Amino acid sequence: MYLLNRKQRHVVNYTWMIISLLLVAFLPFLLFIGLYFKSVLLLHDYSLFDLIFSKSWKPASGQFGFYPFIVGSVWVTLVSMLISAPICLLTAIYVTQYTRKNFLRIMHPAIDILAGIPSVVYGLWGILVIVPFISRYLGPWLDVKTMGYSILAASFVLSIMIIPFILNILIEIFKAIPMELKEAALSLGATQWQTIKHVLLKKALPGIIAAFGFGLARAFGETMAVLMVVGNVVKLPKSLFDPGYTLPALIANNYGEMLSIPKYDSALMFAALLLLAVSLFFNLVMHFFIVRYNKF
Amino acid sequence: MTRGQKIEEKFFKALMILATYFILAILAIIIYSIFEKGLRSISWEMLTQVPQGGYYYGKGGGILNAILGSLALAAGATLLAFIIGLPVALYINVFLIRHKKVINVIRFLLDLVWGIPSIVYGAFGFSLMIFFGLQTSLLAGILTVTLFVLPIMIRSMDEILRTVPIGLQEAAYSLGSNKSEIAFKVFTRQSISGIITAVLLSFGRAIGDAAAVLFTAGYTDHMPNGLLEPVATLPLSIFFQLSSPVPEVQNRAYASALVLTLIILIVSLFSRGLGKRYHKTKINF
Repeated sequence: MYLLNRKQRHVVNYTWMIISLLLVAFLPFLLFIGLYFKSVLLLHDYSLFDLIFSKSWKPASGQFGFYPFIVGSVWVTLVSMLISAPICLLTAIYVTQYTRKNFLRIMHPAIDILAGIPSVVYGLWGILVIVPFISRYLGPWLDVKTMGYSILAASFVLSIMIIPFILNILIEIFKAIPMELKEAALSLGATQWQTIKHVLLKKALPGIIAAFGFGLARAFGETMAVLMVVGNVVKLPKSLFDPGYTLPALIANNYGEMLSIPKYDSALMFAALLLLAVSLFFNLVMHFFIVRYNKF
Repeated sequence: MTRGQKIEEKFFKALMILATYFILAILAIIIYSIFEKGLRSISWEMLTQVPQGGYYYGKGGGILNAILGSLALAAGATLLAFIIGLPVALYINVFLIRHKKVINVIRFLLDLVWGIPSIVYGAFGFSLMIFFGLQTSLLAGILTVTLFVLPIMIRSMDEILRTVPIGLQEAAYSLGSNKSEIAFKVFTRQSISGIITAVLLSFGRAIGDAAAVLFTAGYTDHMPNGLLEPVATLPLSIFFQLSSPVPEVQNRAYASALVLTLIILIVSLFSRGLGKRYHKTKINF
């Protein structure tokens, strides 16, 4: 029935496991090294400081300033976090503390569907709903001139996209808080909201920060949806209603022209390297928050 | 309780309810606008034909090439990620069960990899492709997307495999099984529902991602033929059609988005259904 005997099969399976494991374990390092070698050409000629803080982006004449893209990315990320962080926190508290178990049974599929919708579809929805809303209603109402394609539109779409991600972590965190802690506070005469404010939130704080950090890293690297609604103008945005440009959008928009100028290619790989570094950094820091949280 | 406290209590509760229903309402609005726009412009022709000449100026044709291309790409990547991912997840939970520190390091690395944006994989895949002298092709797309879904696959399998009770493992040892038999015959069978869920989750991610295939899979108006040919994908077809100034073409983008969303909804429904069905083969302690 089998080609090999038991021992041989064990050896085959074991080797297969080890090879796969090594491949996976070295993946982040491989990515880092690969992208670093591609961006060496650029890093050789320009200092890191110049690349990050120079404002002029003219690849054809050899000027590679990433500042507008970094600023755009930071704006979009921070504003989207400002929108989705309170919503996620309030919802997580509500569904874990106030509602019955059945409500989570409705909430979980809803979160799963939100998480499953592809980013292109989010982008399309942004173009269909958010962009016209900003250009036709919000802009005129606040008396600003805007095309709709703006930092704000990107932030809003992005904030919806990261809700399922943050919310899932937050719900897990609030579920993991021991019941006794709550009961102790309630038995001392605290109301439900006082218990939440003084006991639950304090206990969950490292976890909450970690959840927001993971969300932030996720938002920073999101590409297609942001690319579709952010406007893609290389300029420092002055207000939320201005169009902007983000690092991932820069890479995605220029993949076709990459090869014609070697330094351009290198610059885009440097942008990818920056994204990788930011993502690894945030995830590392937040991981230690979670580890600390688990020790309590 | 003072009056101020009472108001605070009510105020925050109202905010919470508002936030919760805001999320549900947004989901409803998204689904509604995708369906409403998509159903209006979807047609049988779109699902069964490849783009004809002048398709991007509003002439006839469909997106069959992108549908099939996406399915092929996602299936290939999921299969590959499964072949690499399952042994890793099993190794962590069977071979390393006594080395908690090593397990933690591996899980941590996997979480790091999971957090990396897909555009970075795309750029990395692209530079690998250039390095090996490959053209944009189905194969390059599959390889890149495999890297992207691998951590998702492993971590979701891992979450299930770690719930397998130690007693089951001990029972298998006492019957004389070796470690790899326990891994592939006992653990996989016990966790089959979770493994199916992990595979379907990865498939959903693979089919919906655009940034990783943008550089590597290319785009073509022809049907996918062969691993070394470029291939069209649904997310990119939505993206390209949407950036056209012609209204008919934009309408087709809405229809394509509906197709993609439907595929993902069906996959997630399946994963729920199958998960429940295979629950019965599980040994309960």
